[in-house]
Order: sequence, then structure tokens, then C-alpha cells
Amino acid sequence: MQINKIKKDMTEILSDVFDGATIMVGGFGEAGSPIELLHGLIDKGTKDLTIIANNSGNGRVGLGALIGQRQVKKVICSFARSAKGVTFPELYNRGEIELEVVPQGTLAERIRAAGSGIPGFYTATGVGTPLAEGKEEKIFNGKKYILEEALKADFAFVKAETSDRYGNLTYNKTARNFNPIMCMAADKSLVQVKNILEPSEINPEHVITPGIFVQSLINIENPIIETNAIEEGMTYP
Amino acid sequence: MTNINTNDLIKGWDRNTIASKIANDLPHSSYVNLGIGMPELVSQYIKEDREIIYHSENGLLGMGPSPNENEIDLDLINAGKKPVTILPGGSFCHHADSFSMIRGGHIDYCVLGAMEISVTGDLANWSTGKGIPAVGGAMDLVAGAKNVFVMTQHLTKDRKPKLVQKCTLPLTGAGVVSRIYSDYAVLDITDNGFKVIQLNEDITIEYLQSVTDGNIYQ
Repeated sequence: MQINKIKKDMTEILSDVFDGATIMVGGFGEAGSPIELLHGLIDKGTKDLTIIANNSGNGRVGLGALIGQRQVKKVICSFARSAKGVTFPELYNRGEIELEVVPQGTLAERIRAAGSGIPGFYTATGVGTPLAEGKEEKIFNGKKYILEEALKADFAFVKAETSDRYGNLTYNKTARNFNPIMCMAADKSLVQVKNILEPSEINPEHVITPGIFVQSLINIENPIIETNAIEEGMTYP
Repeated sequence: MTNINTNDLIKGWDRNTIASKIANDLPHSSYVNLGIGMPELVSQYIKEDREIIYHSENGLLGMGPSPNENEIDLDLINAGKKPVTILPGGSFCHHADSFSMIRGGHIDYCVLGAMEISVTGDLANWSTGKGIPAVGGAMDLVAGAKNVFVMTQHLTKDRKPKLVQKCTLPLTGAGVVSRIYSDYAVLDITDNGFKVIQLNEDITIEYLQSVTDGNIYQ
């Protein structure tokens, strides 16, 4: 029997996702954001989620919509203030959603560390700032560093450009961003992919995420483009 | 320190002049990260005798200028989430690699805006202490880049000094700034205070001291 990680529909790929789960969501702004998987989660109604992402969503599409549906209790991100952000500010200003601010490079490194079996690391980022409060300090070669811990998740929601049935992924330009490291740091990574190719059609030299880091795939040929959706006044559901 | 009387204010260099001064100080073949906003102007003033490679922390090395309207690709954006282009010789990478370029000390210069800069090189530029806290990559850049340049107006909109003895706003990093380019002067952070490298031709050192909350010397 052949390995085949491609699921037949949204219900199947999201079947394991549970209330209270921690989910990493790929993307930097809209580039690389898995909007269809997030909409699937709205349809499923999964709640009390902790979301790890760089941003906190735009408009009422994708992550913005999931937050707007009150399915998220906490967001861990580097930049929760965006020009088109609507739902997160509404809930945050009413004290109805929790926020943990993490410097962007520390966020990426905490995710990378989790995926590599490294429980924590020391970094100069944040030393002497409010974000260092309560963190262990250590001096190396006369310079001060703080301890940061690895960041794991139950699931990663990821958007990729191409895959084969093994989950060997490539991305499109700056839509790569957090997606590869999130695949590594989650117990299960669920990937929406534009093009599914035969294994022989992907040059092994070009694979960005090797299939071992991917558990499930769904083919979304024409994903929603967030900017256009917001301009057109789209809201989900 | 009291507010400066608006009637006494001298108009300093405009932002394009400040940008061209920074551009002049970026050596040939440097790897540079320009902060969102005013620092982005610097790329327009690089002289033809040098080649600079721009890094955008969302995974783009070799960033080019904005695209034409018909060439916009929403999967090719900069750290400010605006469409950009990639130049020949450019590359994409994931976020951990991109921040290794910053945190691992591979970026030669970063140019950032500021709310406050202290006489010891502390920088505050990410939070007014109000609203939703959002830091982005600023703390990584100031901790990791080899040289941290600040591009700023000398005074706040309320006419208060931005160059201060001690920052009152939440810090982005402590002792991280190497040089300040303001509309009034170019200054280095030194053990003895703000050292004037270049003074705006319309102002005196006494005037500069009167609008700076920290020791200035030439």
C-alpha cells in the first residue's frame, strides 16, 4: 500500500482538531495564510483555541473571522496591530481575548527550537525591555542574554504552493515565512496546497519542507486572496 | 525639560536630505535592513558607485523597489506587508533563517525610527505604553544588527526632545544605537554623551544643546 497524505475534504482533514487545542497558523499578513483551513474550523465550530501566528488577522476573513466568531481565547504573536485588523482589537479592547507578545525573531526561533527538540535557548533579543520580565538571565562572554522556551503546538495550519502525496512542500516567494518551521513544531501539520504533483515531478533539490514534517494535505486550487476579499466586503461565515 | 517655544524653532533638514546622508554612510556591498516608514527613503539615495543588498525580515534578501500596478504579487511583500519586487541575485528563506541573518549578526546596518533615544544608546520605538502592544522584529534588529542607525526628527510633535538622558517609554533595546540622524544633526553615541558628527548649517551647538536632554559635545 502507498503512503498518501491527501485527504478528500475539509471534514476529514480537520477531524482530529479538538476544543482547547493550540494551533500554529502560518502566514505573514495574508501571504501564506491558510484561509480555507481557518474557514473549515469556523464551520466545525472548534472553540477555546490558542493561536500562534505572526499577526492577528485582517477584516472578517481567515484568522480575523475565526477570532470574530469567538473561537479563540488567546493569541501568541509578534504584531497584533494591523491597519485592516477588526476583530482582534474589538475583543482585546473589551478584555475578551488574551495576548502574549513575542519579538518576531524570538517567535520564529521558539518554533524552530520546538521542531528540533531544543527545549530552550538564550538570546540577546529583548534584554533590558519589558518583554524580558520574569525571564532567567545569563552572561556569556560579558554580554547579557535571556532564556526563551520552545513553543509547541497540537496542530499547524499551513499554506503551500505544491506538494506530492508524501507532503514534500514548496512555497511561493514570501508566502513561505513561518510555514516550514510550523510544520516542524506541531504534532500534526495540516497543509492546504494549490497544486498536487506526482512525486517524480518535484525535484528533490527544490523541496523546502520534507514530507516527514507533514501529516495531512488538502488541495485548494484557488485560495481566497485576502486583500481582494476584504475590498469586496467578504465576511465569513 | 520644558517644551520648546514653537516660535523659536529652526527648520532642519527635510527627510530626503536626512535619507541621503544615511545613504552616503552605507558602504558598498553592505547588507541592510531598512525599517518601515521614513527609513525606506534611504534606498532612493544610494550612489551609483555602490551596491547595497536589502533584507526584509519576512524572508526576502535582495529586495527591489515597488512593482508597477500590473505586476503586483501579494505573495511578494515586504515587512510592512506592501508589495515589492526581488532583484536578480535575490533569495527567499523561511522566518527562522531570515531572523538568523539578523540575530546571528549578519546584517551590517539597520535603519529604524525612534520615539526616544537615550544618551547611552537605549532605544524606545515600539510602544507608547497605550493600545495593543505590537513589537514585530524591532527588538531582534536592534539586538542583532552590527550597526543600528536611527533616523528621526530631533523633537516630538509636541516639541519635546527625543534625545534624552533616560527613556521614559518601554525600551526596544538597551545600549543598542550607534548613530542618530536627525533634522538638526548627525550624532554618535559615546561614553561622554552625544557626539556631534555633523551640525545642520542653520543652527548652533548651543541651540542643539537647548533642544537635547543630554550632554552634547563636538
